[in-house]
Amino acid sequence: MYVAVKGGERAIDNAHAWLGEERRGDHDVSELSVAQIREQLSLAVNRVMAEGSLYDPDLAALAIKQARGDMIEAIFLIRAYRTTLPRFAGSEPIATEKMACDRRISATFKDVPGGQILGPTFDYTHRLLDFKLAAEGGLSDAPEGDAQQGDVPHVLSFLDGEGLIQQEKQGANTPPDLTREPMELPANRPLRLQSLARGDEGFLLSLAYSTQRGYARNHAFVGELRIGDVPVEVEIPELGFAIEIGDITVTECETVNQFTGSKTESAQFTRGYGLVFGMSERKSISMALVDRALRWEELGEDNLGAAAQDEEFVLSHCDNIQATGFLEHIKLPHYVDFQSELELVRKLRRDTMAGADSTPAQEAAE
Amino acid sequence: MTDYNFAYLDEQTKRMIRRAILKGLAIPGYQVPFASREMPMPYGWGTGGVQVSAATLTPEDVFKVIDQGADDTTNAVSIRKFFQATAGVDTTEETDKATVIQTRHRIPEAALNEDQILVYQVPIPEPLRFLEPRETETRKMHSLEEYGLMHVKLYEDIARHGAIATAYAYPVKVEGRYVMDPSPIPKFDNPKMTMPAIQLFGAGREQRIYALPPYTEVVSLDFEDYPFEASKADHSCELCGADDSYLDEVIVDDQGGRIFVCSDTAYCTARQAAQQDTPTPQAQEAAV
Amino acid sequence: MLATATSTSAMQGGFKDVPTEAARQFRAIMNAIARPGRIEAVDGATPPAPMSVAAGVMVLTLCDPDTGLYLAGDHDTADIRAWVQFHTGAPIVSAEKADFAIGHWDALAPLNAFSIGTPEYPDRSTTLIVEMDALSTQGAALTGPGIKDTARLSLPDTEAFQRNALLFPLGLDFFFCAGTRLASLPRTTKVTERGAS
Repeated sequence: MYVAVKGGERAIDNAHAWLGEERRGDHDVSELSVAQIREQLSLAVNRVMAEGSLYDPDLAALAIKQARGDMIEAIFLIRAYRTTLPRFAGSEPIATEKMACDRRISATFKDVPGGQILGPTFDYTHRLLDFKLAAEGGLSDAPEGDAQQGDVPHVLSFLDGEGLIQQEKQGANTPPDLTREPMELPANRPLRLQSLARGDEGFLLSLAYSTQRGYARNHAFVGELRIGDVPVEVEIPELGFAIEIGDITVTECETVNQFTGSKTESAQFTRGYGLVFGMSERKSISMALVDRALRWEELGEDNLGAAAQDEEFVLSHCDNIQATGFLEHIKLPHYVDFQSELELVRKLRRDTMAGADSTPAQEAAE
Repeated sequence: MTDYNFAYLDEQTKRMIRRAILKGLAIPGYQVPFASREMPMPYGWGTGGVQVSAATLTPEDVFKVIDQGADDTTNAVSIRKFFQATAGVDTTEETDKATVIQTRHRIPEAALNEDQILVYQVPIPEPLRFLEPRETETRKMHSLEEYGLMHVKLYEDIARHGAIATAYAYPVKVEGRYVMDPSPIPKFDNPKMTMPAIQLFGAGREQRIYALPPYTEVVSLDFEDYPFEASKADHSCELCGADDSYLDEVIVDDQGGRIFVCSDTAYCTARQAAQQDTPTPQAQEAAV
Repeated sequence: MLATATSTSAMQGGFKDVPTEAARQFRAIMNAIARPGRIEAVDGATPPAPMSVAAGVMVLTLCDPDTGLYLAGDHDTADIRAWVQFHTGAPIVSAEKADFAIGHWDALAPLNAFSIGTPEYPDRSTTLIVEMDALSTQGAALTGPGIKDTARLSLPDTEAFQRNALLFPLGLDFFFCAGTRLASLPRTTKVTERGAS
């Protein structure tokens, strides 16, 4: 006698218990603290904050711990938490020229006012496994320099001064909010940038790479990449002025891209822009390249049919939480729809067999 | 879960969803964009249905969740638990006792009544999506009532297979205007869509809500010489003997043995219970 | 229930327990638009006069800083503005920009001032909340989605709703409020004529 499978509830509870056990791992190994993750896996924390769209290193570290190091799962936890938070105010735009830079490089000029700062980069490390770290390497102290004084002007502002780079229009409108309004296509640039800022790093990296290899190539140079802390200010209506509520670390990338003017417009460089929470260098450069590729129409370029030029394609698929949810949902039972196809295929086969027996195949079948 | 608001979502989000539901009911079959929120369950796992349910439930409601017609599938269990915890609503597995039913891929066998609301989880709300992947294009096609592409697709099916080769998510036309995706229900369920209950459709990842008021005219697309046909496996249920319900095929051994059982577990259970009072041997005998 | 009916203070007259009250009132509002002509009872709002309880319930349930509200005629008072502002934060806007508009039938005219949506976004249309002296299920005959055979509702006009239905899928959607009762007439409803029920 066939008995239908029951007990979904108990199975779920048991699965969760098992998950908790696996998360903890071997009890002989001491448990990771959230503070350890925050301090020692800070680039993972940065990515979770960036793609989770929530600047909170402690929560991001907790999410990484809870997700057993699965970054997309951790991002998902942060997104789901973020959505429940009340919105008290919107900040003033951050002023990245006021950034206290930990890193600032330009690939377009050998030296720039304010200087180049390599900062804590992997760039020139030889990628040799450091077995000293396996033996718990201990503290490593870096030499200290003098703190930067005053603002650090943007490298691209020097090109701007000469009229060599295309001017960005100052928008007076409050940008739309991707998390509060449904995406509407075609999107404007603020909406695109928002979407890219929380988009999947791997997806944007691959798209950016595709532009470099010729799928809508746009000759990007890193005009400037800067990483550091900027103050966040919020205007308090009762006070009538803005007050500083804290600092956040961001990575900003501006690319210089060539643009061969037209008969009416003299040649000018153009730019792509990337801004990401935390130290997220690869992501911000990728974002700038994809931003630039998406601007083809605005800048009078041809649509080459490249993926990175296709706004609807990029914006509809860059969100890894949407993507992973839909991808993984095919694990859910689909036996009802599968059953309906199964019957259909059986019926079509029966019809075909019957047809083959009596009459020659329909011409229409071609 | 007491730290969260009634039915989880904050009030502003619920208002936004409620406004979308009202416009959806005013324009049956039209997909209203809404600012879908990130829910504590993955996109593709019913976030649209969950948001619509969250915006619809009252403390007095009795809530039922089915997935593939069954109350005890894991995701149905998970969603039911979510609303028990966040809205404190009573739940049931009995279709006629429920006031709000959230479903994935089925319409219950028992006829619904005027006091019930059926909330569908929808993965891809756009019926034209697999013919034209661009939202910018499909939106234009709906606005111009330009559905030729859909008819071409159905016609090509007939030319190739001798029949319309769509077995689920079979497109319908609503009140003679919008072509609508009924969600991936088997086409067996399509004729039930003109019903006394309110039907609400939520697609979270795709940020769309649509709706059918009671008794709305819902017609499955077809051709005069190839009329729509609601089909099911040509068997009766092994457990309750029903020959009018949609059936799941269950493989029972590795010799090709298979049986068919109701996909609607509540329907099947009720019939079996009724039969225990007046036993019919047929169902028992046929079972392997 | 605790608030006095005469209270005009902006801070009073809202829902007691917003999440559960709003949920119950929304259900009534949804049932109304899903079943045109059916009269639903609502409660929980005590807006300043001359706004009805039912219209107040609709404002509390559906309006917030994201929705523009147009107050027509004698509804555009300082008291009502303050009440709306305190309880919902909805901006008071002109007829053309309104997501919701409230007033007596004559004050809402001309209807062509309101948005009927666009062919690509027919949902971007105004919902009109019409204050009535009374509501009854006698009057014009209604057919269309949500109605099994025919429904009847006391409407302030016939032709205006016939013209509106011709715009489908564009058009305005209406709610009619009288005291604690409301009914609805979405753009899909065909209004044939007045007559005895």
